[in-house]
Amino acid sequence: MPILEMAAKFGTYAVMAVILIFALGVVTLRNIFHCALCLAAALIGTAVLYVAFRAEYLAAIQILLYVGAVVTLIIFAIMLTEHLAGKTVRQNNSQSPLAIAGLLGFVALLTVVILKTPWPVTQTALKAKVSVMALGEALMGTYVFPFEVISIILIAALIGTVVIAKKDAPEERL
Amino acid sequence: MIGIPLSHILIFSLLLFAIGVYGALVRRNIIGILISIELMLNAANINLIAFSKYTSLSPATGQIFAIFVIAIAATAAAVGLAIVLALYRVRKTVYTDEVNLLKW
Repeated sequence: MPILEMAAKFGTYAVMAVILIFALGVVTLRNIFHCALCLAAALIGTAVLYVAFRAEYLAAIQILLYVGAVVTLIIFAIMLTEHLAGKTVRQNNSQSPLAIAGLLGFVALLTVVILKTPWPVTQTALKAKVSVMALGEALMGTYVFPFEVISIILIAALIGTVVIAKKDAPEERL
Repeated sequence: MIGIPLSHILIFSLLLFAIGVYGALVRRNIIGILISIELMLNAANINLIAFSKYTSLSPATGQIFAIFVIAIAATAAAVGLAIVLALYRVRKTVYTDEVNLLKW
């Protein structure tokens, strides 16, 4: 049994490392299509992490919604807009050193804060198991108001997306 | 259970978030910026799940809010890409520094 736990632990660390590598690929690769594929890989890795945290429903949602819908949407947008697929265009602006310096400071500060904070890790939470039924009951009971707000936001975004993206009559051209 | 201390997961998601911020700051392509924003939302989700797993007294809360974040991220991606398509139709570019109509 300890061997199994060790394997799970190192497997989780390995998944984290793979996610970070793919995330670096997302922000550094020159071809934007490869970036989208790296994003899909990082999101699948996150779903694996959710399974390790015993949030299986979240993992399924992650695969279905992120990898299934959002990445597909991004790839469609890339294919609709990228007319210079063969040409190598500069993908980054010139703020890279400044951004790296600022973010290193940010990461160092927050790492110190994270390591110094005594997190109240409770055994009840570690032992708890969230079933899909409990999630549904919480969604329909305690959190019914945010749930309704999310529904309205989804409808508004759906209509707004169609209105923005639809082709209107060629009248004024900027 | 998994024998990983909570702080390691928090540092991991902090790194993921920082990578996302870097992408959003330095990318020229608007779609690249949107992809980086998705990475940041993903890091926030990992934090929510980790906290609900390790510290919360009602473990469903973190997962519920992660679901909300995923829904918001999907709408953000949809609306953002629609704006990108509309912009591309008018200006024939997806690069942020070439969209300078209101800049003087």
